[in-house]
Amino acid sequence: MALLEVRDLKVDFVRRGERSFTAVDEISFDVEPGQTVGLVGESGCGKSVTSLAIMRLLARRGNKVSGSVRFEGTDLLKLSDREMRDRRGRDLGMVFQDPLSSLNPVIPIGLQITEVLERHRGMSRKAASVEATDLLDKVGIPDPSRRLSEYPHQLSGGMRQRALIAIALACRPRLLIADEPTTALDVTIQAQILALLRELVQDTGTALIMITHDLGVVAGLCDEVNVLYGGKIVERAQRHQLFGEPRHPYTHGLLASIPRLDAGRGEKLVPIRGSVSDNIPWEGGCAFAPRCPNALPVCREVSPQLVPDQGGLLRCHNPVRPAVAAGGGAR
Amino acid sequence: MNTLLNKKKEPIDKLAAASGRSLGGEAIRRMLRSPVAITGGIITGLFLIVAIFAPLLEPKDPDVHYLGDQIRPNFIPGAQSGFPLGVDDFGRDFLSRLIAGAQQTLIVGVLATIVGVLIGVIIGGLAGAFGGWVDTVLMRLVDVMLSFPSLLLAISIAALFAQPSQWTVILAVSMIGVPIFARLLRGSMLSQRDADHVLAARSLGVKRGAIVFRHMLPNSLGPVIVQATLTLATSILEAAALSFLGLGDPDPSRAEWGLMLGKASHQFLDVRPELAYYPAIAIIIVALGFTLVGESLREALDPKNRR
Repeated sequence: MALLEVRDLKVDFVRRGERSFTAVDEISFDVEPGQTVGLVGESGCGKSVTSLAIMRLLARRGNKVSGSVRFEGTDLLKLSDREMRDRRGRDLGMVFQDPLSSLNPVIPIGLQITEVLERHRGMSRKAASVEATDLLDKVGIPDPSRRLSEYPHQLSGGMRQRALIAIALACRPRLLIADEPTTALDVTIQAQILALLRELVQDTGTALIMITHDLGVVAGLCDEVNVLYGGKIVERAQRHQLFGEPRHPYTHGLLASIPRLDAGRGEKLVPIRGSVSDNIPWEGGCAFAPRCPNALPVCREVSPQLVPDQGGLLRCHNPVRPAVAAGGGAR
Repeated sequence: MNTLLNKKKEPIDKLAAASGRSLGGEAIRRMLRSPVAITGGIITGLFLIVAIFAPLLEPKDPDVHYLGDQIRPNFIPGAQSGFPLGVDDFGRDFLSRLIAGAQQTLIVGVLATIVGVLIGVIIGGLAGAFGGWVDTVLMRLVDVMLSFPSLLLAISIAALFAQPSQWTVILAVSMIGVPIFARLLRGSMLSQRDADHVLAARSLGVKRGAIVFRHMLPNSLGPVIVQATLTLATSILEAAALSFLGLGDPDPSRAEWGLMLGKASHQFLDVRPELAYYPAIAIIIVALGFTLVGESLREALDPKNRR
């Protein structure tokens, strides 16, 4: 049995007197223990909403969540608020995008770690601060016992993200959801944070859901990748498969729009035309069709289904053929 | 060479220390550079010293009738040796009564502000923490309080009590601040509800009480603290106004600036006008001092003013 089984997860944003907007549209995926799964897509494709829905952190009002999220067999969506609170931080952890605003500015770092340890592992304040020193050390923060009494604004961006990771991993959750953990950091720090995440995941056997728009992050970290477009999974593949032979024109477009060092001089980047529209209708045809270079007449009439393809899944009427894809090979 | 190096190193160390200062330390540092804050600080500091050590500073007992034999219905003796500001209509030393009045003013102003902050924070905190219908009901209540002009509200509350006393004044004056504090706190609590760090705390399974008291409230109190220093100034003014209007403590032995001003201006303004000026000037200066401190505190704590 998989650690996490997401089945037909659907999130509608409902507002009185307006048509509801489907942010996440029947997404299903599994996460095995110790596995790293990527959710990739551009802004507005529903990747963050998916993570918030799994954690049940969406606002109480204004949305409707359906489907099931089974964690070790228990449907998280059916738990009471209290039961869910007990699981958050203990079984499931989360790392957010902006490390500064995700830390409480008026409380020292140490207290923010011990708070979780006291809450979930029933530790005394004293034992918790010993453990907190250990945790900060483990995430590579130098001089951890001094850092415990410092405030978030006294740490650098990379340190803050390390501290956030330490807090999320304090109770050794079996699943960690990282929502764009490197977006707010500069490139050298990004690499360090990714290396840290990879190391922690391997050491502790924590499963990781990596949410990102950055294919470089995916290439370095994920075992399996789900590409999202308009709230639906359009392609799922193992990492090498995805980078070697992208099948969906959207994936192919994403890969082709990344600058490459080995590209010939004067070779132009190929952007994806257009931008994500606010409400993408999947009812009458493929949502990507208006921007798709491969679009056929059928694409604008019949919504494609997610079907098995080359060991993964694909939602496309006219996928990119391997020969064409060679240009957008692995980075 | 070595000494030169050491000298150069010093400012760098200082800089490093400054960059690691807390928000409060930063605010104090900025206030020390502002002439407005220093002026306000000196006035407030002197007032606090006088008020706290009033019994030691009074040159004469403020309750003893000294020159009673010289007082006629239309004559009050003026300043003379031993009585630098003269005496009041009972022959009591006016300087000593002004000093004793400082203590009264401080007690009433501070207590009224504290009561106002407490009630306001409870109302605003509940509204901000729960939202929904709790928020709606409490905020409509606050709207009703806000719809009264502040002095009128205080007068109506003070007039409710058959037996006016110092406590009815404190209660009446505190009610002026309640709606302001409630709205302020509710506003910043609501914005904290959607803050990233609150979401992060929720993602860690932190209990609701801890989220409100440890994560939302401390981050929302800044504006309330600033408003409290400003309200301290208006509380002093309103308390004096209530006494002036005869809604304060009627005990004639109590030295209270508003009462002294009221009596002097109603009964013997044409005989000894300076007896009205002294308490009036004292009230103005003290209110100004607290206002200056409050304004500069607001400026110092405003992150947009960071330099």
